[in-house]
Amino acid sequence: MLIRHPPAIPTSEITEENAYATRREFLKAAGFALAGGLLPLPSPGLRRALVPDDDKLTPWEDVTGYNNFYEFGTDKEDPARNATRFRSRPWKVEVTGEIARPAMYDVDDLLKGLSAEERVYRHRCVEAWSMVVPWTGIPLGRLIDRLEPTSRARFVEFTTLLDPRQMPGQQRGILDWPYTEALRLDEARHPLTLLVTGLYGKPLPNQNGAPLRLIVPWKYGFKGGKSIVRIRFLERQPRTTWNIAAPDEYGFYANVNPDVDHPRWSQSRERRVGEFFKRKTLPFNGYADEVAGLYAGMDLRKNF
Amino acid sequence: MTRAAIVTRLVKPLLSLTAVLPGVGIVFALATGRVDGDQVEFIQHGTGLTVLVSLFLTLSITPLRHLSGWNEAIRVRRQLGLTAFWYALLHFLTYVVFDQSLSVRDIAEDVGKHPWVLVGFASFLMLVPLAVTSTSGWIRRLGGRRWRRLHSLVYPAALGGVLHFLWLVKKDVRTPAYFAAVLAILLAVRLWISRTPRRARARASASRQDPAAGALGPAGEEVA
Repeated sequence: MLIRHPPAIPTSEITEENAYATRREFLKAAGFALAGGLLPLPSPGLRRALVPDDDKLTPWEDVTGYNNFYEFGTDKEDPARNATRFRSRPWKVEVTGEIARPAMYDVDDLLKGLSAEERVYRHRCVEAWSMVVPWTGIPLGRLIDRLEPTSRARFVEFTTLLDPRQMPGQQRGILDWPYTEALRLDEARHPLTLLVTGLYGKPLPNQNGAPLRLIVPWKYGFKGGKSIVRIRFLERQPRTTWNIAAPDEYGFYANVNPDVDHPRWSQSRERRVGEFFKRKTLPFNGYADEVAGLYAGMDLRKNF
Repeated sequence: MTRAAIVTRLVKPLLSLTAVLPGVGIVFALATGRVDGDQVEFIQHGTGLTVLVSLFLTLSITPLRHLSGWNEAIRVRRQLGLTAFWYALLHFLTYVVFDQSLSVRDIAEDVGKHPWVLVGFASFLMLVPLAVTSTSGWIRRLGGRRWRRLHSLVYPAALGGVLHFLWLVKKDVRTPAYFAAVLAILLAVRLWISRTPRRARARASASRQDPAAGALGPAGEEVA
C-alpha cells in the first residue's frame, strides 16, 4: 500500500519570505475591507504562494460543512446548519488577568493595526481526521506583546461566548459551558499560534468560530477555542473544558502525538478529509522542528 | 390470497427492495458530492446504523408473533437477519480496507488495544456462522435444537453492536442510548414472554412440529 508521507513544512514555507516582505502592499490592497469594518484579508495571489506542495487544500465545503463546534450541536453538520443566524458583530472581547491594563474591547479595536497573514496549516482533530486549511489571522504573540502581561502571567485562557439562545448546543449540559481552553504563555507566544479571523480569504464563517478563534497547528483541534469573548492571563494552569469532561482522554497539552493513543482509539494514523485511506500522523502534526523545543525534558506520555 | 401468500409474494419482495435502499442512498450521496467531510466515516455510520436497525427488526419478529399471533411474520426473519449481515460485512470491509489498509498486524493491534473495536469485531464474527447456517439445509443438518442454540448468538451480537456504538461516541450518547433502550425493550418483551408459563408451553408444543418456527428459527416456509 502506498502511503505518501509529506515532508515536514519548514518555517520558511509557512510564511514565504517575499510574502512577508510585501505584506504592506497586500494590506493596502485589503484596505477597502478595513474601511468596510471587516478585518484585513489577503489577496488570492498571496494564498497560492503559501500552499505547501504536498498538502492539498481541503475544499471550502468540507472545512465549513464538517467540523466540531458543540455549541451548535454535536453532529459534524450541526455547526453549518445551526450557526447561520449567529451574530458575530458587534463583538466584545474582555482582556483580563495578569496584564498591564485589563479592559473590554471591541474585537476590531483589539486587533487594529496588527497585520493579518494567511497561513496554510494542517489541522488534526483528536478524532483522527485532518484537513489542510488556509486560515487568515494574526500571530497571537503580537497581540500578547501589545497587552503587556505581568511577570506573573504564565498561562493564557480563552473563553467562548455563552449564549444558549444563539448557541442551541449550550441548552444541553453536554460540556461544562462556557467552553474554555488555555495555553502556556510560551506556547501562546510561539510564532505558529494564530488568532484566526478568516478562512480562504473570506471572513471567518460563523460555524468555524466567528469572529475570532484560536489555531494551534501542532495540537489537536479542540485546543483552538472559537468565538472568543475573553482572554485571561493567569499565574496557574487553569482547567479546560474537555479535560474536565474526560481527564484521562483529553490532556491539557493535547499535542498531536502518534505514539500516545486516545484511550479508546489509535492516534497513529489519520484520515485526511477527502481521502479514503489513512495516512501516518506526524509528531506535533508535522511541526516538530518548530515546536518540539517547547517541551524539552517533558514526559509527553504523562503530559499528553 | 392467504396471509402466507401475501407475505411471500408481496412483503418479501418489498423488503428486499427496502433492504438495498440504505446502500443505494450511501452510494448516491457519495457519488453526487453530498457528503462533506470524512466519506469513509459516512459509509461506516450508514452501514453501522443499518446493521443495528436490521438486527432489531430481526429480533422483533418473535415478540410480534407472540403478541399479535401473526405467525406469518416468521417468513421474513431470515431476510432481515441476512440484511444485517450484509451491511455488517460492508461495515467490516471499510474498516479492514480503508482504516487499516489490509494490514493484519495493525488490525490485531487495534483490536487488542481498543475495547470498542474488539466488541464490534467480535459481534461481526458472531454474525458469520449465523449467516452461513441460515439456509434450510443447515437447519436440517444441525437439527432444530442445536440450530436454535447456535442462533442465540444473535443476542450477544446485538448487545455488542450497541456497546460498540456507545463506546465510540465522544460525549453525546443520545443516539446510541436510544438504540440501547430499544434493544432493552425487545429483550424485556422476550423475557416476559418466556416467563408466561401457559403461553410459552402452548407455543413450545406448537413449534415442536416445526423446529425453525421456534424462538430463533429463520423463515419457516421452506422447512415446514
